[in-house]
Formats: sequence, structure tokens, C-alpha cells
Amino acid sequence: MAATLWESELTAMLKEHFGDRIPEFSTYLGQDFMVAQPEAVISILEFLKLEADFDYLVDITAVDYPKRPERFDLVYILYSFPQNERIRIKTRIQDGYKPQSAVGVHLTANWLEREVFDMFGIEFAGHPDLRRILMPDEWEGYPLRKDRSITDMDNRWVKENLGIESGQ
Amino acid sequence: MPDTFLDSTELVINMGPQHPSTHGVLRVILKLDGEKVTGTECVIGYLHRGVEKIGENRTYQQFAPYVDRMDYCAAVSNGLGFCLAVEKLLNVEAPPRAQVVRVILTELNRIASHLIWLGTHCLDIGAITPLFYVMREREEILNIYEKYCGARLTTHAFRIGGLEYELYDGFEAEVKAACDFIAPKIDEYEQLLTGNRIWIGRLKGIGVLNAEDCKQYGVTGPMLRAAGVKWDLRKAQPYSGYEQYEFDIPIGENGDTYDRYLVRMEEMRQAIRIVRQAVERIPDGPIMGKVPKVIKPPVGEAYVSIEAPKGELGYFVVSDGTTQPYRVRVRPPSFVNLQSLDKMARGSLVADLVAIIGTIDIVLGEVDR
Repeated sequence: MAATLWESELTAMLKEHFGDRIPEFSTYLGQDFMVAQPEAVISILEFLKLEADFDYLVDITAVDYPKRPERFDLVYILYSFPQNERIRIKTRIQDGYKPQSAVGVHLTANWLEREVFDMFGIEFAGHPDLRRILMPDEWEGYPLRKDRSITDMDNRWVKENLGIESGQ
Repeated sequence: MPDTFLDSTELVINMGPQHPSTHGVLRVILKLDGEKVTGTECVIGYLHRGVEKIGENRTYQQFAPYVDRMDYCAAVSNGLGFCLAVEKLLNVEAPPRAQVVRVILTELNRIASHLIWLGTHCLDIGAITPLFYVMREREEILNIYEKYCGARLTTHAFRIGGLEYELYDGFEAEVKAACDFIAPKIDEYEQLLTGNRIWIGRLKGIGVLNAEDCKQYGVTGPMLRAAGVKWDLRKAQPYSGYEQYEFDIPIGENGDTYDRYLVRMEEMRQAIRIVRQAVERIPDGPIMGKVPKVIKPPVGEAYVSIEAPKGELGYFVVSDGTTQPYRVRVRPPSFVNLQSLDKMARGSLVADLVAIIGTIDIVLGEVDR
């Protein structure tokens, strides 16, 4: 089963408003998503929140594809309480690109973006408090990047803080 | 103003990670002005085990037991969410018999999780006795799990595509007996607590989070419903055949700690109602869908979420066509709900902070993953 074209009133509205800044609208397994250009994501989130009642930002996460020139997929999952609809916004960014933070639109983005930063090293521009959230502050490396093996440790940190050679 | 012995300069203190009422290893840095909380900061990650990374290094079946270890008070719900997500990628559905059994076990789990919440919440407030009562009732549910799959806490009760184990003899009777045993006990708790002056004094008007704030912070589950939003994924986007059962979504009015307590109590009753309906209609048939021995979902991604006892629990699974998921993202309700702590705690007293942490119903295993 391949992804099919997603067409609805919402996509027509978005196409009219954003044009080619959203190059792809698709449906896969009954789930709708759009692929947007990274600069447009925040204005899309804002537009969806104000004009289309997508008032609940469910999740922000990333997927690492180290072999691709745009290394990361950044995924925003949205839900609309009035319409009972769930959509995803996907954007592809290069390593080192700093996407705009969504905290100004949805407060919940605060911790979610911190976690993405913590795990993938994606820095969000304009985030009020971008620090590690799950890993220790001094930890080096981003665990969920594909080039980190599951057994990789920050050996310096482990030695300094736990007094042992390796965490394994 | 000169610095005197009784000056009211700002005080920063540390609560946790070793503190009995933080429900695990949560550390909260408090900024205090006398007894008043003027700011909080949560420090989390003490229980981080890299569950999402482990997911990328295990096959789909191998990873299924790991998810039980996130919200260990509601392991069955965690497992259901993951199984549904992979089933979605495979485009298969569990057979009807498996679905009904899943609903029964998941709803029992909701009761067990809420019971633990009630017991520990009471303990935080200063009422010790209910903790012993809720353990007694929870035992009935854990006994059913133990008989069904051999485990009590981290059950791994479901498999991708359906169930591993057939029901044991007398399952229906035992589930019914457990319902009959627990139902009157919930009324007993309410007699103890609902009209209790101390209970009301400690909970009413504490930690208010209105519907607008809930949406802003992405807060779901009983907290959202206590703020008056009638939203439950079991009704909004039914899965596992929840549309076949009659049940109500309890809601509150004020979005305070007391309303959350009432909502959770009513949710337990509704869960019993669902279990009673489900146990009457367990159909005959296979318990495992048509799932290959080696699970290789086609390339693609899917987000599936369920109404876990604590809120919306979502799994975003990316498949690259191999036996291992390319990425598993868990959207944990506790993690997201905990973010609203600062909003609720600002301006409250230190003693109320304990009630507010309790009312979020966090499990640190799920917050930190």
C-alpha cells in the first residue's frame, strides 16, 4: 500500500495560503500528513491553530537519516478537538539547520523541543530554555542519532561521575 | 530593606529526587517566598534507559516487552498501544476474540492504575489507610493477570496481531467476581474521602488548570476531563472495538485537584461497566491474526495513540522494511502532563505542591523512558 494524495477542504486552504511551501500532501494507512519547507512550519502551525482549529500539538519528534543530504525528518503531530482530526507536518532539515521554535504557538513545544535537542542535537532558534532534558547536562553526543551505537557512552562523563571506566 | 533574621528574601530549595511524595525520582527545584511557591523547575531523566534507542535495536516482537517497563502501573495499556501501532503498519487487525480480551485486561489495568494513584495521592495528603485498601483491591486484578500470562506487573499480555495465550478456565467468572468485589469498594473510598473536610480542604481549588491551559500544554487524560473537556480517545477515535461498549466520560467543572479525584473515581466505575459488558460477549474464534512469524512491515510510518489511564499514549513507528523498527517514538502522557506543573504550582503553598504532583499522576518510568 503506497501513500496516496490527500485532498480536502483543509489542503485546498493550505495550498491557497502557502502555495509551494507545502510541496506534498499525502495519506498513508488513513493518516494524513504534509511535507513542508522548514521555514514555513511555524507559520503553518499558527495558521492551523487560528484558522483550522488544530489547537493541540500532540508531539514533536525527529527521525535521523544519516545518508540523506537533509539529514533529519522533523515531525509535528497535531490534533483538532472540534474536528476530531489528526494530521502530521513533516519537514526535512540538514544537520546544523536551526528550525524556529514552536513555543510561541503551543506552550507544550517547550519540553518536546528540548527532548528533540537532547536526543538529536537539533537546535531550535528562539526556544526560551534550550537545555538537555533527559540526559545529564554535561553529556556529550546525541543518543538517538543513528551514528551512535546502542552501547556508546560518553566515557569521560561516566568516568568523572560514576568513577568507573565504562557504563556497560 | 535591611537583611534581618526574618527577611523574606527568595529561597531556592530542592525537592527530590529522593522524596517520598515525588512518586519516584522526580527532582523539583523550588523558588520560595516564605511558604509561597514562586517558581518551579523539574529536573528529570534519572530513570532514562533509552527505551526509544533500544527499540531501534530490537525486532518488533523483542521490543514489545520493553514498553511495559515505561508506565509500569499500566503495563497492559502500554503494550496495547505498541501492538496497535505495529498492526497499523502491517495493516492487520486482531481477531474479535482477541480484541474483547484486550479491552477487558486494559480496563482492569485502568482500575489498577487509578487505584495506585488514589492510594499514593491519599498518602501524600496525609491519609495513610486508603493505601492498604487499594492494594487489597488491586491484588484481585493482579491475580487475574498472573493466572492469564504469568506476570503481575510487567505483563506483556498482548502480542502483535492478537494474543499469545488462550483464556484460562474460569476467567470470565473470576473477572466478574473481581468486578463485584471492587465496585462497592469504590463507593467506600468515596464515603471516606469525598465529603471529608480535610480532603476537601486540601484539594478544592488547588492546582487549577482550565481547559485553555490544558490545550496549550497538551495535557490529556483525567486532567483534561476535569477541566470540563469531554474528550476521551476511546470515544473520539475508538480502537479495539470500544465503540461497541456503553460508557460515559466523566467530566469536572473547575479543573482543580478535587475534580480530578472525582473524575478518576468515576472512571473506575465506568471501567467496571465496560469490563462487565465485555466479559459477557467474548466471542469464539482465533486469538491471533494473520501475522507472519517474521514481522517486516512495509516502508512507512504511522502514529497510533490510545487512551491510557494517564492520558494520550502515542507510538510513532517508522519502518524501513526490515525486522527492526527504524524509529520508535513514544509520546508519553506523564511527560507532557508534568510540564504543566509549573503553571499549577505558581502561587500555591509548599504543602499544596505535594497534592499537585500527586494529582498529575506521573510515573517516572514513563516520564524518563
